[in-house]
Amino acid sequence: MKELSLNILDIAQNSIKAGASNIHILLNENEETLIITVRDDGCGMTAEILERVENPFYTTRTTRDVGMGIPLLKLAAEQTGGEVTITSVSETDDPVNHGTTISASFFKNHLDFTPLGDIVTTVCTLIHGAPDIDWRYEHIYGDNTVLLDTKQMREILGDVPLDDIEILNWIRQSLSEEYAAL
Amino acid sequence: MKSLAELAAIREKMKDKVVIREGSGDVRVVVGMATCGIAAGARPVLNRFVEKISEEGLSDKITVTQTGCIGICQFEPVVEIYEAGKEKVTYVKMTAEKADEVVEKHLKGGKVVAEYTISAVNA
Repeated sequence: MKELSLNILDIAQNSIKAGASNIHILLNENEETLIITVRDDGCGMTAEILERVENPFYTTRTTRDVGMGIPLLKLAAEQTGGEVTITSVSETDDPVNHGTTISASFFKNHLDFTPLGDIVTTVCTLIHGAPDIDWRYEHIYGDNTVLLDTKQMREILGDVPLDDIEILNWIRQSLSEEYAAL
Repeated sequence: MKSLAELAAIREKMKDKVVIREGSGDVRVVVGMATCGIAAGARPVLNRFVEKISEEGLSDKITVTQTGCIGICQFEPVVEIYEAGKEKVTYVKMTAEKADEVVEKHLKGGKVVAEYTISAVNA
């Protein structure tokens, strides 16, 4: 992937497919490190499946035999000296508190660090693709935070769907302005 | 977050539109957004379709949706167009520029852009 924001777009699809109601994307960044965390309350994975997800030849998909999402994220992190950790609680093990958290750390000053890229478009694309999910996007950079919380938006919007173009434009502008103010 | 008051204004404006949306979806543009699609450049393609269809005022008739991997990864970014009563059209190796052309010629003009379809590329 050319941008880490594309890895985020890809990884978050797993949370959508896991039937999550809430997906939290957290970027925690300082001068030297970037930690990307995607946390969902989807169906989770059993210990057995969790052991296999880093293997590209494991996938739950039926249209092809190769699952490159997590291996690509792992590659991007490890080539900077960082790592990927995944914790998951399966719905079958705990019907109430289940879900998956995937976390990737990067050393930004490493030659092989992939730039974050257009994260605003990634957030807009995710909301467009799964407008019924509650998304919380948070990017902490030092003392500053960029935040978008669809729950807060829904309190105002009522039943107006988030994938309407005017709402998507508002989200794009909102995030762009927050980033510009950093 | 940006001024939430603006959201309230959008909501007011949308009250009537929500009703219209119920009858929408005569035409569906489906963009493959699995790992293969994303790595090949599907994100700008999807966004160009969303923007262009809105710019052209076609949003009430045409919906743009995302899907996973449809199994032809070597042809990504792949875009499928479903229209009631017509055969599905599959566009392959798409770019944002080609998306503009497909909106102009196919979705507005009713003419399939044959050279971007899978049958042209696969021949």
